[in-house]
Amino acid sequence: MAQAQPVRTTPQPDPGEAYLLPGETYTSISHTIGDVPLVALNKTPKGWFVGFTVSFILLMVFLVSVTWLFMKGVGIWGINIPVGWGMDIINFVWWIGIGHAGTLISAILLLLNQGWRNSINRFAEAMTLFAVACAGQYPILHLGRPWLFYWLFPYPNTLGMWPNFRSPLDWDVFAISTYASVSLVFWLVGLIPDFATLRDRSEHPLVKRIYGFVALGWRGSARHWHRYEMASLLLAGLSTPLVVSVHSIISLDFAVSQVPGWQVTVFPPYFVAGAVFAGFAMVLLLMIPVRHFYGFQSYITVRHLDVMAKVMLATGMIVVYGYFMEVWSSLYSGNIYEEYLLYNRLNGPSAIAYYGLLFCNAIAIQPLWFKRVRQNVPALMVISVIISIGMWLERYVIIVISLERDFLPSSWEKYMPTVWDWSLYLGTVGLFFTLIFVFIRVLPMINIFEMRMFQYQETVRLHLKAHPEHEESGHESLTSHSHGASAD
Amino acid sequence: MGQIFPRNANLLARLSIFAAVLLIVELTLILTVYFRSNYYRQINVAIQQPVPYSHQLHAGTLGIDCRYCHVSVDKSYFANIPATETCMTCHSQIRTGSTKLTVVRDSYATGQPVSWQKVNRVPSFVYFNHSIHINKGVGCSECHGKVTEMPVVWQPQAFFMGFCLNCHRNPENFLRPRDQVFNLNYIHPANQVELGQKLVQEYGVMPKTQLQNCWVCHR
Repeated sequence: MAQAQPVRTTPQPDPGEAYLLPGETYTSISHTIGDVPLVALNKTPKGWFVGFTVSFILLMVFLVSVTWLFMKGVGIWGINIPVGWGMDIINFVWWIGIGHAGTLISAILLLLNQGWRNSINRFAEAMTLFAVACAGQYPILHLGRPWLFYWLFPYPNTLGMWPNFRSPLDWDVFAISTYASVSLVFWLVGLIPDFATLRDRSEHPLVKRIYGFVALGWRGSARHWHRYEMASLLLAGLSTPLVVSVHSIISLDFAVSQVPGWQVTVFPPYFVAGAVFAGFAMVLLLMIPVRHFYGFQSYITVRHLDVMAKVMLATGMIVVYGYFMEVWSSLYSGNIYEEYLLYNRLNGPSAIAYYGLLFCNAIAIQPLWFKRVRQNVPALMVISVIISIGMWLERYVIIVISLERDFLPSSWEKYMPTVWDWSLYLGTVGLFFTLIFVFIRVLPMINIFEMRMFQYQETVRLHLKAHPEHEESGHESLTSHSHGASAD
Repeated sequence: MGQIFPRNANLLARLSIFAAVLLIVELTLILTVYFRSNYYRQINVAIQQPVPYSHQLHAGTLGIDCRYCHVSVDKSYFANIPATETCMTCHSQIRTGSTKLTVVRDSYATGQPVSWQKVNRVPSFVYFNHSIHINKGVGCSECHGKVTEMPVVWQPQAFFMGFCLNCHRNPENFLRPRDQVFNLNYIHPANQVELGQKLVQEYGVMPKTQLQNCWVCHR
C-alpha cells in the first residue's frame, strides 16, 4: 500500500535512549523481520542449523528419558522419602516462572501503553508458551501412573468422585491449563496481521497458502483492525490476572502445607516477583544472541535491554525482600522446626545451594543499579545466566532443603539427583530450544505491524519535539494512523 | 494480486468453528457412554467354563449353600474357587458316568486343577475383602446378583468405583441381617434405612467418614 513516508525529522535520538534506531521505514521493517521466515531453506543461516541440531539432539535425550521413565517408573530418579519432590518439581517451578515475563510484557505493558514492548512481545510470548510446554511435562511425568493424568480434571468419570478441589495441586491444573490456553490464543491473535504480511510477501505458492490459511482472510480493513484491537485488549485484560495468579497458586503448593520453610505468608508475591525476575533474565538471554545474529539492533535497542534490566533489578529486589522475610519468619515463629530450617540452610548439607542462591539473586544483580552495566550487552548476558542459575537454586533450596530434614531426625535423608533427573532436565531444555528455533524459522519473531505503528509514533514524537508548533495536527494524525499499511 | 482461496473458503472457515465445538462435545459424549457401556465392561456376558457347571441347578434348585463350595468367603478376603475334591464329595457317588463330568474326574485322577475362568474382576489396585462384607451384613446378591438363576455365571453389573462408593457412603441403605446374607432372593424391607441404621450400630460398621477414606480400598 502506498503509505506516505512519515515526516522527516531533523533531530536524531541518542542511541542509548531510543527504542527504535533512526533510518527504519515501514518497508525496511517488513523486509528485515519478514524475510527471516520467508528465505529459502538453503539460504537459512548456518548458525540456525547448528543451533537447531544441538537442540534437536537434546530433544531426543528427552525422548529417551521419558521412555525409560515410563518403562521403569519414578524410581529411576533420585527422589526418596522424605524428599518426594526433587528435580521434577524444581524444574516445573523454574520453567513456569520463566514464562511469566512474556505474559507481563504482552498483557500488563500493553494495558499500561508501553510502546517499547512492541519489539519484544512476540518473542517473549513465544518463550512463555514454550516454557509452559516444558513446565507442563513435569507434573504429568512425576505422577506414578502418568497415563492417568486426566483424573485431575473434573470430567464425567465412573469413580463417583471429583478431584480434590481443596488441594492446591488441583488448582495448579486449572491455573496452568488456563494460562497455557489464554497465552496461546493471545499469541495467535497477535500473529494474524503478520501472517497476512507473510502471505502477501511470500512467493512460493504453497508457503503463500499456508500463511494465507492461518491469516484467516485478513485484509487489513478498518473493521478488521477495530476488531483486532478490541480482541487484543480483551485478551490482555484476561491475561493480566494470570501474571499474578499462576505463580501465586504454584506457591500455594508449598504454602498450604505444614513443611518448615514452606508455610510462609510472603510466598505468593515472592514467587510472582521471582517468576518475572527469572523470566526477564531468560528474555535477555534469548534476545541478546538473536538481536546480534539477525541484526535487529535497531529494533531491540540498548535502551530495551536497559529497561528490561531495570525490571530485573526491581523484581530481584522484591525477591531479596522475600529472602529476608523467610529468615524473619523462621526467627520470629518461635517454632523449633522453623528455626532449625534456617540453621539447616546456613549450615546443613546443602548449605552451598543457599549461599549460591544469595550470591546469584541478591549480590550479582547489584551492578544493575548502574546505567553503564545495564547498557553493556556482555555484562547483561552474564548476569542473566547467573540469575537463571540463581532462580533454579532458589527452588532447590525451597524444595529439597526443607524436605531433607523435616520433623523426625530418624527419617532424614539426603537427596541426590540421578543421571535421569539431569537428562530429563536437559531434555526439556532441548524441547524449549527446538521450539524456539522452529519459531525463529517459520514465524516473524518481532511483531511487524506493531513495529510499523511504533515507527510512525516515534517519528511523530521526535518531530513534535523539534517542532512543538505542530502539536495539534500531529496528535490527530497520530491517532488516525495508528496502524501502518497491512503490507508494503 | 490474485486471490489464493476461493470465495467459499470463508464459509468453510466459519463452519469449521462449529465442527470443532461439535467434535469436542461428541467425543466427550461417545467416550463417556462407551466406557460406561456393558459392552466395554463385558457385563451380562456369560463366561464359558471348562465344565458345564450350573449354579442354577446346584445353588438354585438343589439349594446348596454358597459356602459349601466357596468355603473361605466369610473367613478370608478371597472367595475361593472350590477344589476338585469338593466336587467329588458328591460326584464320587452321583452321576459317576456323566460325560459332562469327564474333566472333573480327570482332574481328580491326575491332580491337575480344573482351569476355572474368573468372572468377577476388580482391578489389582483395589483391596476387596469378602469376609468383612459378609460379616457386616452385605448380601452376596448386592454385587453378584441372583447367581441361583444363572446357568453359566456372568457379572451382572460393573464394579465402578462409583458403585462401591454408593454403598460406602450410605451403608444403611444396603445392609441386611446376617442370617439373610446368603439369601439371594432377599428383598429389602420398606423400613430399610431404619433397619440399616440399627444394623450399622449393631455390627459396628465403620463411621461413614472413615468408610470413604482412600486407604479403605487402596492400600
